[in-house]
Amino acid sequence: MPKAQVTFEDIEVTVTVPAGTRLIEVSEKVGAGITYGCREGECGTCMMKIVGGSENLANPSVLEDKVLKENFAGIGNRLACQAQVLGGHVVVRPG
Amino acid sequence: MSLADAVIPGRPVAVAPGVHWVGALDPEMRQFDIILRTANGTSYNAYAVRGHNGVAVIDTVKEDFAGDFFARLWACCKPEEIRAIVLNHLEPDHSGALPELLAAAPQAPLYISRPALGMLKGLLKDGLDPERIVAVTDDTRVELGGRSLRFLPTPYLHWPDTQCTWVEEDGLLFSGDVFGCHFCDARLFNDRAGDFRFSFDYYYQHIMRPFREFVLQALALIEPLPIRLIAPAHGPVLRDHPQTYVRRYRQLAEPLLANEAAGRDKTLLVFYISAYGNTARMAQAVRDGAEGVEGVRVSLYDLVGGEPGPFADLIEEADGLLFGSPTINGDAVKPVWDLLSSLTLVKVKGKLGGAFGSYGWSGEAVGLIEDRLRGLKLRVPRSGVKVKLIPTAEELAECAGFGRDLAEQLVGRAGPRHIDFTAPQALSA
Ligand code: FES
Ligand SMILES: [Fe+2]
Ligand SMILES: [Fe+2]
Repeated sequence: MPKAQVTFEDIEVTVTVPAGTRLIEVSEKVGAGITYGCREGECGTCMMKIVGGSENLANPSVLEDKVLKENFAGIGNRLACQAQVLGGHVVVRPG
Repeated sequence: MSLADAVIPGRPVAVAPGVHWVGALDPEMRQFDIILRTANGTSYNAYAVRGHNGVAVIDTVKEDFAGDFFARLWACCKPEEIRAIVLNHLEPDHSGALPELLAAAPQAPLYISRPALGMLKGLLKDGLDPERIVAVTDDTRVELGGRSLRFLPTPYLHWPDTQCTWVEEDGLLFSGDVFGCHFCDARLFNDRAGDFRFSFDYYYQHIMRPFREFVLQALALIEPLPIRLIAPAHGPVLRDHPQTYVRRYRQLAEPLLANEAAGRDKTLLVFYISAYGNTARMAQAVRDGAEGVEGVRVSLYDLVGGEPGPFADLIEEADGLLFGSPTINGDAVKPVWDLLSSLTLVKVKGKLGGAFGSYGWSGEAVGLIEDRLRGLKLRVPRSGVKVKLIPTAEELAECAGFGRDLAEQLVGRAGPRHIDFTAPQALSA
């Protein structure tokens, strides 16, 4: 199985997950500080900052892009309920 | 009861000078959103606020009641007088007549909270001219002439989009679901309606309590306001001593004495139940292990000696929760499930959780409890300790280590960790 690693910087936890996992599937299990609202890429609550390895995430969908804009996202912001890790190592932090 | 204060079909009810209730009564409703019951139906309260320059409509009603709403609305204003449409909350019980209202008053912008933006398109199938939508900020003011609307961000009460509308000149708070209740009474005002105190508390407990932190944030905004009337989206209009209801929310949101250790220590609660004393001994070892970690206040509770309600109050304020249960007939025992099922009304998301227990020949209880804790969005960083029958000294030491580990995680002294979710026992990693 192709794998990927994600580090949640705020709690110093690194997880190994199957490639294709969405961050929402692991962040709550390990207790990272990312919070969720709609869980469907609509409300922008779960916006997080990609600190490293953003190239290892699938590109944002049209919907995610739109919600990011509506929420004044900066460079490196993604929605944790949408972002999918494809491989390699991604480092994230809440906010 | 004066006729002017009563709800009459097709007629708006004045709630303040130039302000009318234009909502609908739903006396037959008994179950709301499946989880809520009401013995007296409910009301969908909507309001028309008039200034010298025009009218603002605040909220609408459930779709089936659109007829009642428009009959009352058009009895107190003309469509072309509407200068603003405000939705404090987009749930269908308040937005049911919105599409028709938007069409009837095409000149009026729609004022909603920023988080409501994303939800709006799910609601308006035909879409809406983005130019007509205003996502409000702290600075947004809708001038009606002689009175104006401002907006308080009160998110998650009980949806991400919820807000309150404040008319400073008259001290009117249009609060949405906050301070509302499912209670249908044609006498409409809190000093006239039947006794709705139970319904008020019940609504808080079932709708608002899971969002307690947001209630406290909202109260910090609301308490300083010189409120003269609260106009909620359900139940009686609170014109007599409205501040009483604000204070009641404060009491409901802070049911316990202050936790003196809160500023200093993290709180870890260890609940257990034991058939032969084995799980009890494990619980004590877990407690002892956790207690050795500085900055953690550990409390031990035998579930046999308490009720889910008060335990849930403690859990609401705790940082970590551990559950010890024997496995009987392949399951954790009922008092554990009773407590865990009462937690749906308490916010436990993000707290630290764990389980342990003794068993005879199979130890399913621990895994089942952990699954439930994950389902409640606790983080369960360590798989629990299972012991076959009587714990040995070694096994008790393992329990103490388990307690210590979790306590260290609570105070953030665990150091960097790696968890492999692709390993075979990924779920109990
Ligand atoms: S949780 Fe709403 S956008 Fe991700
Ligand atoms: Fe609601
Ligand atoms: Fe409602």
